[in-house]
Amino acid sequence: MTSDPAPASVAVRLAGVDKVFKTGDKATTALVGIDLEILRGEFISLIGPSGCGKSTLLRIIADLIDPTGGVVTIGGKAAAEARQARDYGMVFQAPVLFDWRTVEDNVRLPLEIMGWDAARRNARAREMLELVELGDFLGHYPYQLSGGMQQRVAIARALTFEPSILLMDEPFGALDEMTRERMNSEVLRIWERTGTSIVFVTHSIPEAVFLSSRVVVMSARPGRITNVVAIDLPQPRNDETRESTRYFELVTEVREALRAGEPEGGEHGSDDAASLTSADQARVEDGIQ
Amino acid sequence: MASVPAGRPATAGEPGSRRRSAALAGIVALGVAFVWEGAKFLGGVPWREPLALPGAPVLHNPPFRWMFANDLNLPHIWNIILTFFQPWQRNAEENVGQYLIGTALYTWREAALGFGLGALLGLVLATLFVHSRLLERAFVPYVVASQTIPIVALAPMIVFAFGPSVAAVVVVATYLTFFPVTIAMIRGLRAFDPRAMELMQSYAASRAEIYWKLRLPASLPYLFTALKIAATASIVGAIIGEGPGGINNGLGRAIITFNQYYITGPEKLWAAIIVSAALGIAFFSIVRVAETLLTRNRPADARG
Repeated sequence: MTSDPAPASVAVRLAGVDKVFKTGDKATTALVGIDLEILRGEFISLIGPSGCGKSTLLRIIADLIDPTGGVVTIGGKAAAEARQARDYGMVFQAPVLFDWRTVEDNVRLPLEIMGWDAARRNARAREMLELVELGDFLGHYPYQLSGGMQQRVAIARALTFEPSILLMDEPFGALDEMTRERMNSEVLRIWERTGTSIVFVTHSIPEAVFLSSRVVVMSARPGRITNVVAIDLPQPRNDETRESTRYFELVTEVREALRAGEPEGGEHGSDDAASLTSADQARVEDGIQ
Repeated sequence: MASVPAGRPATAGEPGSRRRSAALAGIVALGVAFVWEGAKFLGGVPWREPLALPGAPVLHNPPFRWMFANDLNLPHIWNIILTFFQPWQRNAEENVGQYLIGTALYTWREAALGFGLGALLGLVLATLFVHSRLLERAFVPYVVASQTIPIVALAPMIVFAFGPSVAAVVVVATYLTFFPVTIAMIRGLRAFDPRAMELMQSYAASRAEIYWKLRLPASLPYLFTALKIAATASIVGAIIGEGPGGINNGLGRAIITFNQYYITGPEKLWAAIIVSAALGIAFFSIVRVAETLLTRNRPADARG
């Protein structure tokens, strides 16, 4: 471990992070020896098979779960401090909108909690909904929107208070391929405009390659980082990017890195269950009943 | 652009389905009346004109004589209906209907007070319990035990403590009301999406903010399920409390009075029972309307 302070350009530093879940007398090692530095303004994807602990890692960065060992620093601060300072924006696989609030009120929620005055938070919520092209849906309720639109509301909500780090846990996993590609372009557009650092958990290799500055490849049992693939595709990325030779090479490289980390063969499916488990675990640990 | 699903999901609150359930309830009532009078037709005492005195000409002589179907145990439905228009006691100006509506409104005021206090008490207890496992473990067994004591045993003690007054009646109604709200809300206040909780934590929201902006709104379907039970329980509580409470008004008093004169006018007690049931249904319906208004923007599966 290094003792020098994190350079100003480092957004997230993980040093020797371990996580062991204890249920009764059974201990499950979720993560082992995670070292990772994420630079300010970087777009990092975490990719790996189910159970590799990528959702857990995201929640450790977000200070929703405490690591068993190791150090997490966010822009030089401890993760807990960073959470108190509202450095994190969270987006989950499900939109997790509040049914009883309109689209606009959902986006205003974090601002209410952060004590913004009404005029400022209204203006801000509208601005963010314009950004995700939902300016005409302010008064709608979540059930009146399609899945893709709901997820855009969730993204707008996560961005309203300009968090320095945006954490996205398979945000487009439940969307169809066409919607997913459009949402990918939208996220890139927002990322370019806001300059926020993004940590993005995904199952999709093409999605990871298209979006990221670097793809962090993980393997399971126990969860660990096996490879980091730098994505040198030019910015801005668009439909041409998806058809370029370099894009296909990188997709292949990430796929091979995944295979190399998983000798017993690939495994497909959602790790929804795993992420729910870690959410429950977080509640237990924080004493929230 | 993704398409917007048209309209909101169909629910039990839609006019068409409401008309259908009203029709269904009507059919059931007709069926009950048919079985009721059918039993009297086969095994009742000789049928006479409505409200006729004994000795009036017999219109129909049933082939059997069944105890349960005589005019004391099972008065004719038309006699129950007609008794609403009879003086409620000898030389009274008010008829039974007017008297019962007056007593029902009196009882409803007591019940509504007890309902309000009970719901509040239930909510406060559940709020304490979901925030403290220790309090929950220590006190929930007593909350449950409180409901195993028969209210008829407890009511006189409450009257003793509070004096024979409306206050005592309200306490009995409160006692029957707080329990379903407590139990339902211990669950309801934990029925949020765990990811929504993570979201609130990522905003560094305080416990109070989490309570008011997430836990409480997410619990509304549970709250209303409990309030619907509590609404009818509060009416029962008020009626039961009026007797030992020495209240000279209310449905409880009416039931006691009509009980005493059952031999001479069983129809009046039946009328009081019908009005009590109607009061319970009315209170239930008020809560149901409030529920529909407050949860109208939620997906159908999130509504009670």
